[in-house]
Parts: sequence; C-alpha cells; structure tokens
Amino acid sequence: MVPLLDPLLIVALTLNFVALGVSRIRGVINAVALQGVLLGILALFVHPAIGTRVILLVAVTVGLKGFVIPRYLVHALREANIQEEVKPGVGSFMGSLLLGAVGTGLAMVFSDTLPLAEQHKHLLLVPASLATVWTGFLMLTTRKRAIMQVLGYLLLENGIFMFGLLLLEATPFLVEVGILLDLFTGVFVMAIIIHHISREFASTSTEHLTELKG
Amino acid sequence: MSESLVLLGIIIAASSGVPGLLLRRTSMSGQWVTTFLAVLGAALGLGGVVWFWATGESHPIVLQWSLPGAEFSVAIDGLSAIFLVPVFLISLLGNIYGLGYWKQTEHPQNGRKLRLFYGTMTAGMALLVIAQNSILFLFGWEIMALSAFFLVTTEDNEKEVRETGWIYLVATHVATLCLFALFAVLHAANGSFTLGPLNPETLRPGAATAIFVLALVGFGIKAGIMPLHIWLPSAHAMAPSHVSAMMSGVLIKMGIYGLVRITSFLPHPPREWGILLLGLGVASGVLGVAFAIGQHDLKRLLAYHSIENIGIIVMGLGLALIGRSLDRADWIILGLGGALLHVWNHALFKALLFLSAGSVIHAAHTREIDRLGGLAKVMPRTSLCFLVGAVAICGLPPLNGFVSEFLIYLGLFGTLVNGEGTSFAGASFAVPALALIGALALACFVKVYGAVFLGTARSEHARHAHESPPSMLGPMGVLVACCFLIGLAPLLIAPILQEGVSAWAPNLKDAGPRLATLAPLEWITSMGLLLNLAVLLGGVVLWMRLGRGVVEEGVTWGCGYVAPTPRMQYTSSSFAQMLVGMFGWVLRPRTHHPKDLPLFPPETYFHSEVPDVVLDVVVLPTFRFGAWLFSWCRVFQHGNIQTYLLYIFLALIALLLWR
Amino acid sequence: METIFHDAVHVLLALGLPPLLLGLIAKTKALFAGRVGPPVLQPYYDLIKLFQKGSVFSTTTTWVFRAGPVVGLVTAVIAVLMIPLAGATAPLSFTGDFVLLAYLLGLGRFFTASAALDTGSPFEGMGAAREVTFACLAEPAFFLGMLVLAKLSGSLQLADMLGSSLASHWTADGESLVLVLLSWFIILLAENSRIPFDDPNTHLELTMIHEVMVLDHGGPAFGMILYGAALKLFVFGALVVRLAFPMTGGSPWLDWPIFVGGMLVVAVAIGVVESIMARLRMTHVPVLLVAACLLSGFGIILLVR
Repeated sequence: MVPLLDPLLIVALTLNFVALGVSRIRGVINAVALQGVLLGILALFVHPAIGTRVILLVAVTVGLKGFVIPRYLVHALREANIQEEVKPGVGSFMGSLLLGAVGTGLAMVFSDTLPLAEQHKHLLLVPASLATVWTGFLMLTTRKRAIMQVLGYLLLENGIFMFGLLLLEATPFLVEVGILLDLFTGVFVMAIIIHHISREFASTSTEHLTELKG
Repeated sequence: MSESLVLLGIIIAASSGVPGLLLRRTSMSGQWVTTFLAVLGAALGLGGVVWFWATGESHPIVLQWSLPGAEFSVAIDGLSAIFLVPVFLISLLGNIYGLGYWKQTEHPQNGRKLRLFYGTMTAGMALLVIAQNSILFLFGWEIMALSAFFLVTTEDNEKEVRETGWIYLVATHVATLCLFALFAVLHAANGSFTLGPLNPETLRPGAATAIFVLALVGFGIKAGIMPLHIWLPSAHAMAPSHVSAMMSGVLIKMGIYGLVRITSFLPHPPREWGILLLGLGVASGVLGVAFAIGQHDLKRLLAYHSIENIGIIVMGLGLALIGRSLDRADWIILGLGGALLHVWNHALFKALLFLSAGSVIHAAHTREIDRLGGLAKVMPRTSLCFLVGAVAICGLPPLNGFVSEFLIYLGLFGTLVNGEGTSFAGASFAVPALALIGALALACFVKVYGAVFLGTARSEHARHAHESPPSMLGPMGVLVACCFLIGLAPLLIAPILQEGVSAWAPNLKDAGPRLATLAPLEWITSMGLLLNLAVLLGGVVLWMRLGRGVVEEGVTWGCGYVAPTPRMQYTSSSFAQMLVGMFGWVLRPRTHHPKDLPLFPPETYFHSEVPDVVLDVVVLPTFRFGAWLFSWCRVFQHGNIQTYLLYIFLALIALLLWR
Repeated sequence: METIFHDAVHVLLALGLPPLLLGLIAKTKALFAGRVGPPVLQPYYDLIKLFQKGSVFSTTTTWVFRAGPVVGLVTAVIAVLMIPLAGATAPLSFTGDFVLLAYLLGLGRFFTASAALDTGSPFEGMGAAREVTFACLAEPAFFLGMLVLAKLSGSLQLADMLGSSLASHWTADGESLVLVLLSWFIILLAENSRIPFDDPNTHLELTMIHEVMVLDHGGPAFGMILYGAALKLFVFGALVVRLAFPMTGGSPWLDWPIFVGGMLVVAVAIGVVESIMARLRMTHVPVLLVAACLLSGFGIILLVR
C-alpha cells in the first residue's frame, strides 16, 4: 500500500470529529462531503492496477459523494427553512466528541483482535472504518434533527465503504457499485421523508414523530 | 529501643485524655494537662521513629496475649516509620491547636470527650501501623475507627452531625467486616495470624484474588477511594477542624497503609491488579476534584480534595504494582516513592488547610464560602498559611506537592520509554489524567482562596473577623515550614522513601536503582531556590520602582463601575459554573431557581448545590430498598413475650438436634 | 566557553525578542485590514512608558495583587530559560523538566487569577474563572503531546525530545508529529489569549479572558504583565518552532537564524489566524480545546498501536 494511505485516513478520521463538533449544519455537510471525496481518492491508492474502469469508479464516487448528495442536502435545507444552528441532543458537543473519541480508541484496540487476512492486519483501514461507522451511528442516535440523521447515515455508509475497499482485489466492481446504489437509495428516501415531515409538522425535529403513535 | 519509645508514646497518648476527665469541666487546667501529655506522647513516638532511621535496626517486641491466635508483637520497618510520622506530628500540632480553637471554657460539654478520643485515636493508629499480628492490627483499627466516630459526633446536639455519624459508623463497620474476612483468608493461606509475606508455592490464585479484593474494598472504604468514599465529605465537614485535620491527614492514610502492606504480601500480582488500582486512582482523582469544585461549604470542599489526593496516591501504588508484575524496578521506586511522599505531603498540606479553615470558621462563625470574603485584610497570617497550603495542594513548585507529583509523572512517563525491560504504554494514559487533576485543583483553590480571603467581605461576620491566637497560628507555621522544607530539599527525604520502598519490595533493598538517581532531586532544589530568589528580587524591583513613581489609592476601577458592592463579586458557585457544567453528567447539580415570575416580581431566591452522587443515587436508595425488603421480617417482632420464649425453646431444640 | 556563549545568546534572545513578536502580530493584522498599523517596535516603547508611570491601587487589594504580576513574570522568565531555542541544550535542562515547565506556568496562572479576584470586581472574577477553566483542558493536551515526543525520543529531557533526532522521526512517524504540531498551535492560541479563544484588542465583557484579569493593573505592574505575556508567547512559540523545524544544522551560525526566522513565521501565522477568524462563542471554546486533546491523543495512539 502506498505510504500516502495512512495520512489520508487520519484526515478522514479527523473529519469525523469535525462532523461531531461543528455547530453549523452547512459545516457538517462540508465535512461529510470532503470525507466522501477523500474516500474516492483513497480507492485510487488501494486498487493495484489503475485502468479506465478504476478512474471511472473514482470519478463517480467523488462526484456523487462530494457534489451531488451535498448539493441536494443544501437544497433540502433551504426548502424546509431549517435553522442553520445545530442543537446538541445528548448533553453538549463535548459529550459526543468524547464518546466519538472513546469509540475510535476502542476501534483501534478492537481491530487487532479481529480475524483478518495477513495483509490487512496492520492497516489503519480497518480501525478507521470501524471508527467512522461508530461516529455515524453516534450521530444517528444523538441528533434530533432529521437532516443530521441523514448526515449520520452518510457517515455510516462512508465507514462501510472504507471497509469495502479491503475487498477491492477480490470483487473489483461489485462492491463499490452496490454500495453506491445503496447510498443513493437511502439518501433519496430520507430526503423525501424530510420533505414530508417538514410539510406536516412545520419543523424537522423527529421528536414530533412520536405524535403519530396510535 | 525505637519500638519501646513508640509504645511508650502510644500509651501516653492513649491516656492523655484521662486526667482531663477527672478535673473540673469549667477550668482550663484539664486541657493543659491533656495537651502536655499528648505532646509528650507524640514527641516520644517521633523520637522512636527518628531513632529507627538513625540506627536502621529493628527489634520486634513480642508479648503474650490471652486471646486465641493473637500475640502482642510489634516491629517498625521502613514502611511503618513513614506512616508513623504523620500520626504523631499531626496529633501533636492538633492538640496545641485545640488550646486556642476548642477551649474547655468555651465548650464545657464536649471538650474533655474530644481530647480523650483524640488521644485514643492517635494511639490506635500508631498501634495498627506497627502491629505484626492480624488480631492486634484489628484491635488498633477498631480503636481508631470508634474514636473517630466519637470525634465526628462531638457536637451531637445538631441533627446533621448525628446523621453524619451514622453514615460514618456504617461505612467503617462494613470496612471492618471486610477486614475480618481478609484476615480469615490470610490465616487460611498463611497458617497463622502473623502478618508477613505469603509463600508463593502454597498460595492458591483464588485466595490471592480474594485477599486483594477484600483489601481493596475494606481499606478502600477507609481511604476514601471512589466510589467507596460516601462517608468522607460529611464526616470531615461536621467534625471540629483539628479533628478533620487528623482524619483527613492521617486516618484515611491508614487505609492506604493497609493496602500497601497487603499488596506487599502478594508474591506475583497479575498486571490487571495494577491497572485496576491505576484506574481507580484516576477515577478518584478526577471525580474527587470535580465534586470539590461544586461545593460551597469550605470543609466539605477540602474533604473532597482529600479524595482527589488519595486518588493520586493510589495511582502511584498502581504503577508500583504494575512494575512488580512486569519486573521494572524503576516503576516500583518512582511509583511507590511518589505515593509514600504524597502520603506525607498530603498529611502536611491538608492539615494546614484544615487548621487554617478552622481559624477562619472560629473567627467568622460560618463554613459557607459565599458568606466570607476579604479575610486577608483582617487575618493576614491565617491567609498566608492558607495560601501556602493551596499552592502546595495544587502541586505547584516550589512546595512539596510538586515533588511527589513529579515522581509519579516520571514513573508514568517511564512506562512508555523502553528501558531495560518491557514497556506498558497503557499506563501512560494516566498522565493527561494527572495533568487534568492538577489543573482542576488549581481552579478550585483559586476559587476558594479568592472567595474566602480576597475581595470584600460578604457578610457581617466576615467583616468583624479577627486574627487567631498564637496557639492556633503556631502549628500552622510549623506545617508551612515543613511544606517548604520538603519542597526545597527533597534529597533529605529520599533515603527515607528508599527504606519504605525496600520494605515493600525487599528484592530492591540492595540491588536496583536509587531514588536519587532516577529523579533529579538536586535540580528540584536548585530550581526551587532560584524561583524563590527570583520572586523576591522581582518584588524588590517592583517595590523600588513604585517608590520612585506616584502611587495613589482608589476604588476598584473594574471597567468604570463607580459603586462596587460586595454582592457584585464573583461567588464560589459562579466561579465554578463552567466547570460544574462540563462535569454535569456526573455531578448532577441541583438548582432551585425562580420560575414564572410576574412583571413586578417579589423577593425570591436561587440556590444551587452539588450533593454526593454515589450517596444519593446509589447507596441511600439501595438501603431504603433493603429496609422495605426486610420489613416483612417485622412479622416476627410483635412484642408477645410468650412467642419470644417459644423462639428460644425452638432454637434450643434445633441446637440439640444439630449436634 | 562554547556553552557560556550559547547560554548568553539564549538569554539575550529570550529576553529581548518577545515584544517584537507582539509587534509583528499587530503589524500583520493591520496589513490584513488595509491599515498601516503601529510600528513593529511599539511594544518596546509601551514597556518603557509603562515602567515610568505612576500607579493607582485599589483599596480592596492586598499584597497578592502586587505579587500577581511579579510571579507571572518570574515564572515566564524561568520557563524561557528551560526551552532549548537553537542547538542542543538550554541553560536549565534536566530529566522531567517539561513537567516543571508546565507547573511553573500554572503557578503564574494561580497568582494572576488570585490577583484578579483580589480586586473584588465581577469583571476580573469572570476572567479568572474562564482562564482557569480553559487551562484545565489545555494542560492534558500539552502532556499528551509530550507523551508522543517522549515515546519517539526515548528521553524525558526537553533538549533531547526536541533535539536533532526529530528530523528522522518526521520521516518515519510524520503523522503523529503533525497532529501534535496542530494541537500545540491550538494550545498556543489558547494559553496566550489569541483569537479564536480571546480577543486581545477587545474590552467587551462578553469576550474577555486575559485582558479582563488585568483590568485594574497599571503602571510598572502592568508593564510586568505585558512583558510576562510576551515571554509566555515566546515559550509556546519556541516549542512549536522546535517541533516544526528540527535543528540539524549543528553550527550555531545556521541554527540561530533558523530559529529566529521560525519565530517570526509563527508570529505572522498567529497574525493571519487572528485576521481571518472570528472569536468562538464562549460555549464552543471547550470543544476546540477538547479537539486539541483528541489530536494529541490520536498522535500517541498511532504510535503505540
């Protein structure tokens, strides 16, 4: 693996914390988008042979994760008149940051105990993907606004994408295309839900969904 | 010779309160006699310890005792000597302090009781430290614990004091129960009640774990390790200040002594025990100081700081235990050396802080920090003593707190660096925790010193406070001198610490590095002296420069406010607000603020407090649940005498059948 | 002979350069704003003026108020003598000296905050409360960075930790060092009350931390405070410069100019950061400090994995 892999992964991990700690929704969207672009570029380094198919894949990933989806989210922001400020759900931002840090640390420790193939054992890729999955999960569960939950879902998918990069040699295209499709569908569905929630309740806080109980 | 001196000191200290009981309660003569005897006893004890260090020989004294399995065998070794010094020193200073603070003529109903139990507590502690037999140890332990109960409830005419006494009693008896079990297991492993290292061949791992856990719980309750600390805050707050000084400075160290002793008996501790101790130390340290920040009762705050410092001591002990399991002599020496030095340092500066706090309370008649203020102008000497104690407890150079924390830092950093053996990087994560503890302690003591002594007085009592008499200032001055001495000349203490560590790890007695080579103690001395000289020089320069120019006096400018009032000042709760908010998830502060005020609101109030979470959320509900659960037993307690006689008859039949 | 010359240059530079850094930061901010700004040597003129002024002391204050500036200055001076500037060693260097460094700065903070509380004004109390709170988060970050350096260099002496072996560690474990560098730059901004933590030019109560603690000081005492603050900036700047530009020249004629150039670069960088960012909301400041802790924590985790 190219030595540039590790620094890029560290930047990706730092973006996790930026997404957890920043207070403006626009900032979180930028962080997640940047992470998506980074992961696209990462695919370039992980793949052994660089042909036209790989470059196409990278371009599609970067385009989708880095431009299309964030544009759509910003559009949804404006449509639903959502306030720019993020109010933290669980405690203050510090709590989420610390939980994210604990999760990342545990991921680093835990990944050594997983039964990985020999060439994958000492990579930073596995702990980084587990940490990103944990961060996405944290955002999904601790943020009340629907749009923040979409962003948490995106982070989660970024983490799974990272893990899928390991299998690049085994199943060249299938994994990536599958993930991207999954991602696209998810975001599509979530955007529709945001639109409906805001239309129904005049706010996008998912707390109001409890009113729908029978 | 040293043992006989110490035993003589113990006997005189124990009986020091008795003559007072025989003399009249309205005169001071009883107090004078008691104080003289107590000081004599303590001096003899200290003399015995110094003799031990000078000659280095130990002659155990063994006497027969009629209790089965017990024998009166005492001996001093390096470890006992270290723990004996705070016992006698603080007792000596506390008794002199009591001459001014708890005058018999001002407190006729409880003065003699206080002095009697002060003496017996000293005697009990000294006895358990030199005991070589489990039963004798328990004897001394119980004397200490019960004397402390009577001391805590000195002012038992107040309801709060009585409640505190009950919590303390329950906690100490749970601890003693664990100790009974501990010594039973030790007897089963050792074959006798003598306290000594266990044989690695005959020791079963289950027995070793049981010994460690029982010691941790039993001694941990006494030491005040979180979450077993529930009795500490109220007990130290409600007791008279020189009793709090003794309890905080010495009594909780007896728990540490027990832990250190028992861990020295276990031959091959697994690494997990050291990690557990390190983790508990970190938790006690951080949470202890976090709770302290939220308090506004002066003595409760100081009590929580004791929990923090016990955390630091346990961190050092944990590091030493890890060093023993991984065979790294430098970690053992630095960790245990730092922990033992911190035992001394904490005894010194905590006693100083409590005595100064007592001086403040004696003058201003209140413990509430937010009713004090501006006391530095009316009580300059007390304020200086408190400042020295505050700087010492924050671990700032050039005082003694810095030296022990420095040793522990060096030990923890050593776990990263690959010396002659293995490294264990996980322990190095205690370093930022120690840094956090130091910074939080600094925040808390700036708050206390500023709110109590600086600024302007917030109540009438504080305005009319007066300086304390020399009998109270003298002991504080001695402690200030000791803090400076250890801070500026730690090399003097290094051989004493080395003796203590050799008693814990005998294989390091002649082999292994010396403390003075592992830690650059002579640099600490020179840097401390440099700092003091530079500050003096800077002060002289400023004074001369001010003398040259125009110096006027005026009201505080404060950005243009022309009429400042005492109520405008920052209070202790406002100072701590941000930190209490940051730690809110564990502190759970309770506030009462006015809600739904009309347009022209009437007079209302705001109140905030940080109660003890473990006590209020865990222990008290559990006990209430237990009380409810056992209430069905009341069906047997109906007061009918005939049925009680039936119970006795049934028990008799059962015993006859069982044989 | 060599070491005496080296130490003399160290002392002269350490005592003479710091006000120039303050002037350079102010000049950078002025240029960014399209102004000409004060001359770069202005802080020196300010210090000379302050030392010749008279003083007004509040009747509420005690000797602690006069001691605050003295202790702050003295601790900063001793700290500056402990950092290796250029070359292999510092005048005061021993095993574990960085612990003493951190705690000396803590001693300065204790007395500055106490002097602030001595005035009995709520403004100063507010500044003191905020200052000690943010220090609680900056200290662990500093020590985490020290853990990284200790692990890499195998020594506990600042002169070795920031020594010539650092250049080889940059190529091998560059990621950890970048994280520590970022973290220490954030701590530099925090401890010296720069944007985004505090605005050194403002006097609004909402935004003050350090400035408000010294509101009531004037004359020579304030001069001591100003000079002490410049020295503290120099200390943290020197740590950042030594970390970023490992001195491997070997010859003093190369090392000293590199060091001075590095310090000027750091001053300009601080000026740039102050010009392009706004001050953070007070409740977000702890988040940034925790982020600094996490960056350093990451650095050490990457090393010991």
